[in-house]
Amino acid sequence: MSSEQLLVRRIKDGTVIDHIDAGKALIVLRALGIKDEGNVITIAMNVPSDKLGKKDIIKIENRFLLAEETNKLALLAPHATINIVENYNVREKRNVELPDRFIDMIRCINPNCITNSSENISSIIDVVDKSNRRLRCRYCRRIIDISEILYQI
Amino acid sequence: MNSIKYSFFVADCMNPFYNRDVISVNDFSKDELELLFRYADKIGDMSKVERLELARGSILAYAFFEPSTRTRLGFEAAMLSIGGSTLGMLGSKSTSMEKGESIKDTIRVIDLYADIIVMRHYLDGSARFAAEIASHPLINAGSGMEEHPTQAMLDLYTIQKEKGSIDGLRIGIVGDLKYARTVYSLIYALDKYDVRLDLISPNELSIRKEYITNLKHQVYEHERLDDVINELDIIYVTRIQKERFPDEQEYMRVKGSYVIDKKILDNIKSDAIIMHPLPRIDEIKYEVDNDKRAAYFRQVKYGKDIKAALLALIINEYI
Repeated sequence: MSSEQLLVRRIKDGTVIDHIDAGKALIVLRALGIKDEGNVITIAMNVPSDKLGKKDIIKIENRFLLAEETNKLALLAPHATINIVENYNVREKRNVELPDRFIDMIRCINPNCITNSSENISSIIDVVDKSNRRLRCRYCRRIIDISEILYQI
Repeated sequence: MNSIKYSFFVADCMNPFYNRDVISVNDFSKDELELLFRYADKIGDMSKVERLELARGSILAYAFFEPSTRTRLGFEAAMLSIGGSTLGMLGSKSTSMEKGESIKDTIRVIDLYADIIVMRHYLDGSARFAAEIASHPLINAGSGMEEHPTQAMLDLYTIQKEKGSIDGLRIGIVGDLKYARTVYSLIYALDKYDVRLDLISPNELSIRKEYITNLKHQVYEHERLDDVINELDIIYVTRIQKERFPDEQEYMRVKGSYVIDKKILDNIKSDAIIMHPLPRIDEIKYEVDNDKRAAYFRQVKYGKDIKAALLALIINEYI
């Protein structure tokens, strides 16, 4: 058993989000929209990591997060790995991937964009370049670097 | 369909503009733009009677939430010249938008009255949003500080008509490059061609880099018009707006460096042309108007043909 596993207990069923950038666990929980659902949630912060130096880990019991949900973390925690655990075994392991678009998750940074007006309209931000992590507002076509919208999350 | 119309619309190829929105010039390929230019030539050569058949029975509705003279009149004149009718609204003050009606509802209603909609609005992205609402084709006649694609189409057509071709030219765009939506559409359109593009502006009004990151070609920025003016084939002048400057002295200092007057004419190529999207205030002196290189009023005429061609291509499935 590795030292990091000793810090938080194993879960029987649920989702383990590993390799979250150190210090971001609470923001990740908020971004996932996980509130008080009655499930046990364990958070470990600043855990020593070979890969990242330090990392955060979240374990959510009895909740199996879908890829659509965890891909939202591509903005916040691009190195995160998702482990879906069933009966103490890892049934599925996946990385987070930038989705093709974010709908109503982030706002366009252009104050003159129609999506920031009183018009009843969804904010649609397309991912136009996954490798360089560049986004573009569907409506005003403003190119957005991911670093420019992190404050919204 | 009568015999005159048949002579121009024999059903042998579907045109790529048919029933299509015109939101950004980036949505059109170089081949498509050149087809538009050829068709504008063709329309220019038609007799009045022939032209009148192109949009017979079609209605254009304009929805201008922002002031406009040339663009609106240009579209009206173009639609009437090809036999269609027009109706529309000017400014949000005289409409239900003043009462708080949304763009969505306004466009939904206009869509019921017209076959084609021309819209101008002060918000970026407004045209793309309105096009999602409308079931009929929608033409963006200016959306915020974002784009003015039909101005770029007529600008390119003007260059083609005046210079014979666009490729190989050195083109300078002068003035307010930060806020002028015509400039962005023009840059995107010119990027489809093999041209050298010089952008000349005061530092305060330089191009917004975040909107030109996807260009294929490099652009060259300058602060002084004198540095490049004698090498340009096209001098495209835009208005420097006083309200963009925090203090009037700074505005007065800057604006003088970008004025085209008779003296400057001595320094430009004998076969260069001077263009302007209009309206001008004082960035091109009236004394320049009679010089053969002053092309800005010819540009208006080309604009009418381009608008007529665009409308005819959107309305008619076959050309």
